[in-house]
Amino acid sequence: MKKPFAITLDTGSSLANHTGTWRTERPVYVDRLPPCNHACPAGEDIQGWLYYAESGEYKRAWQELVRNNPMPALMGRVCYHPCENACNRASLDEAVNIHAVERFLGDEARKHGWKFEPAARPSGKHVLVVGAGPSGLSVAYHLARLGHKATICEAGPLAGGMMRFGIPKYRLPRDVLDAEIQRILDMGITLRLNTRVDDILAAMKKSGFDAAFLAVGAHVAKRTDIPARDATRILDAVSVLRGMETGERPQLGRRVVIYGGGNTALDVARTAKRLGAAEALIVYRRTREQMPAHDFELQEALDEGIMVKWLNTIKCVEDTTFTVEKMVLDSKGFPQPTGEFDTIEADTLILALGQDVDLSLLDKVPGLAIEKGVVKVDRNMMTGYPGIFAGGDMVPSERTVTVAIGHGKKAARNIDAWLLGSVSAAPAKHEIARFDLLNTWYYSDAPKTVQPMLDIIRRQSSFDEVQGGLNEDNALFEARRCLSCGNCFECDNCYGVCPDNAVVKLGPGKRFEFNYDYCKGCGLCAEECPCGAITMQAETI
Amino acid sequence: MTLQQPVKFYQTGTFTVGNRLLAGHARAVQANMRRTNSLNSGHRACQGCGEALGARYAIDAAMQASGNRVMAVNATGCLEVFSTPYPETSWQIPWLHSLFGNAAAVAAGVSAALRVKGRKDVKVIAQGGDGGTMDIGFGCLSGMFERNDDVLYICYDNEAYMNTGVQRSSATPPAARTATTTAVGQQPGNVFGTGKNVPLIAMAHHIPYVATASVANLRDLEVKVMRAMGVGGARYIHIHVPCPLGWGSAPADTIKVARLAVESGLFPLIEAENGEISGRYKLRRRVPVEDYLKLQRRFAHLFGKETDVSTIAAIQAIADRNVSVFGLAD
Repeated sequence: MKKPFAITLDTGSSLANHTGTWRTERPVYVDRLPPCNHACPAGEDIQGWLYYAESGEYKRAWQELVRNNPMPALMGRVCYHPCENACNRASLDEAVNIHAVERFLGDEARKHGWKFEPAARPSGKHVLVVGAGPSGLSVAYHLARLGHKATICEAGPLAGGMMRFGIPKYRLPRDVLDAEIQRILDMGITLRLNTRVDDILAAMKKSGFDAAFLAVGAHVAKRTDIPARDATRILDAVSVLRGMETGERPQLGRRVVIYGGGNTALDVARTAKRLGAAEALIVYRRTREQMPAHDFELQEALDEGIMVKWLNTIKCVEDTTFTVEKMVLDSKGFPQPTGEFDTIEADTLILALGQDVDLSLLDKVPGLAIEKGVVKVDRNMMTGYPGIFAGGDMVPSERTVTVAIGHGKKAARNIDAWLLGSVSAAPAKHEIARFDLLNTWYYSDAPKTVQPMLDIIRRQSSFDEVQGGLNEDNALFEARRCLSCGNCFECDNCYGVCPDNAVVKLGPGKRFEFNYDYCKGCGLCAEECPCGAITMQAETI
Repeated sequence: MTLQQPVKFYQTGTFTVGNRLLAGHARAVQANMRRTNSLNSGHRACQGCGEALGARYAIDAAMQASGNRVMAVNATGCLEVFSTPYPETSWQIPWLHSLFGNAAAVAAGVSAALRVKGRKDVKVIAQGGDGGTMDIGFGCLSGMFERNDDVLYICYDNEAYMNTGVQRSSATPPAARTATTTAVGQQPGNVFGTGKNVPLIAMAHHIPYVATASVANLRDLEVKVMRAMGVGGARYIHIHVPCPLGWGSAPADTIKVARLAVESGLFPLIEAENGEISGRYKLRRRVPVEDYLKLQRRFAHLFGKETDVSTIAAIQAIADRNVSVFGLAD
């Protein structure tokens, strides 16, 4: 080839120069576990469904959500949202209002009549589920998705368990509950109401069930010995709340005293107020800080005019005169009696001292370990008797709807594995996407959307739902506040900031890859990744 | 479905390079899978080079604005050396290099030649570092401005002669250590009260468009290049590009350092039309100058056994003055 004067080499592109050989560290894309997902007792992929909600694909978001939890409208109302306590956005401004978006998706599903995907091909296996509470419904749903037939036996007259007989209407409207239960039953699940199982082994044998899942809940109210005259009206919180559902509205009188400090105490106090009690007074032997009830629920109750007498125990009751004793906390934080007494006038005493489980259906089952009134299960939710699994309030755990739904999902996977003669192995969890792994410069300031609250007069007099939902506009806003911690959301930052064009964009939904031929390992991409989805690894030299 | 709400949350429309929620035309040029990569892979710039990044940002945007009809004239400097070691080139555009000090004059000539040939479609860009622009090429630059030649001149300012070994230029900030302003004596580093502000000098020529930009603010940079490409006559864009080697900052921190220069007020982002300031970037999260200085070894002598409080205060005063003069805070 004839070259111009003083030119001796062929010219060419710098692509011949593989600058990747300079590298001592290489960037690698990673997926980290978002703290919300990690905190969710129901094992939801929260970030995963928010991703679709962000672009207004609500149906797809809902479908993604119900892969793990079949009851989003309900969950968005009654869950205590541990996800939001873990949310990294709280360190930036305020946590994403996850439960409000979840509720919005659940309500959209109801509005548009969205259905679950049809169940998998039938496996021919049949599982007996005892109890139609959150755990039982959840396990039946997940079993149906895996192709197994499920029959639920429920001792009560209606499905829902403690969601119906424990959570008042003003927190969970019954049309919401009914719709979500019906959608689960529509998957071909048999529900037998008013069917109490007294002997689980006999019941399984009789109808040839291959496995059983027990979730009978904790419906037996704890009692305490308070000296009282026969004339005194003493009720327990469980029967009061149950009575609200079965049509026997309890007569509570004008002045009601509630004894206990849990969420049930608040629920029953707020119910009493709505039933017309002029005074609803909670007596609790410890302090506000020690109260097991959630603070926001206490605040809602106080707003509605519920009164609380902290650090007091009820000593005895004579007709309408209650004698209470003042307590003090000792150095270890335990309440101790002081000998100082006081009296209160009231018409009714409602005990809200916790609940026990009726385990009589397990009397004839060998090999079970029962501790503190609940059945022990192994990591796979199986009791000591092979093929009998259990979950919800009857196993050792926090007693919430979300935990129960999570038990159902976990048990279904393990029942599936057990029926197939294997063991379900959960995939290894990714490293948690901590706040310090994020580059928060790239997120703009966006304060949390506040849900509307019903006005106080209607809250005191009716069972209308207290907390309102989001509309489409602010649900979209709220979804977009998600930081996508630890997982690429295709913001193109790495692709943009690489001085060497060593990041290859693969197209929408396909993310990116590094071209290690040219990547010099400067680390700019990792540093400028908003969500911490790139890590630098030392090269082996 | 259509989105009612303007996209401004989550990853946001403007802070990150792209945003899947935005329509294609509203995204950054750098987010495009088919961006031109005018400065291609294989160039020999250091790890985390701010100038290589700034040059691709600017020229890709200019290519998009002109339908890929751009010719560039390059002054001698890092950008020229690392992109074109004989016989290779990283440029995917017609590109011309002559001398250190004459890029503006050569570009003016290219522009004149195109005019003679009737090629109105081709746009001419001249580019160089702060040395080639502000010191050695300054006479040619001023001439190009006063004649209002149809050229966009882009200065990549890394605040010293990095290619030859980090010697002081008229863009070197006070107190910075360079090979020729060592950190010894009563007043270590570069002397206070020296240097010049070329964007303001360019404005004094009353040319159609002058802007400052930073690699830390891509969307702002692209908008400014597009705007400059949309008008005729002499235009000037001054881009702040950190140099990990010369500044002694970590290669991974290039954009962070540039961002802190902007957010401290030391490098104001402004634009001016016909000699009048027409736009300014309001600081989003104002930071003290220490945050910026601490990341760079060229200022390490300020943070020795005893922190040099008075020098830092003098630098803070420069930042504060910028904030008030250019109205960077609300």
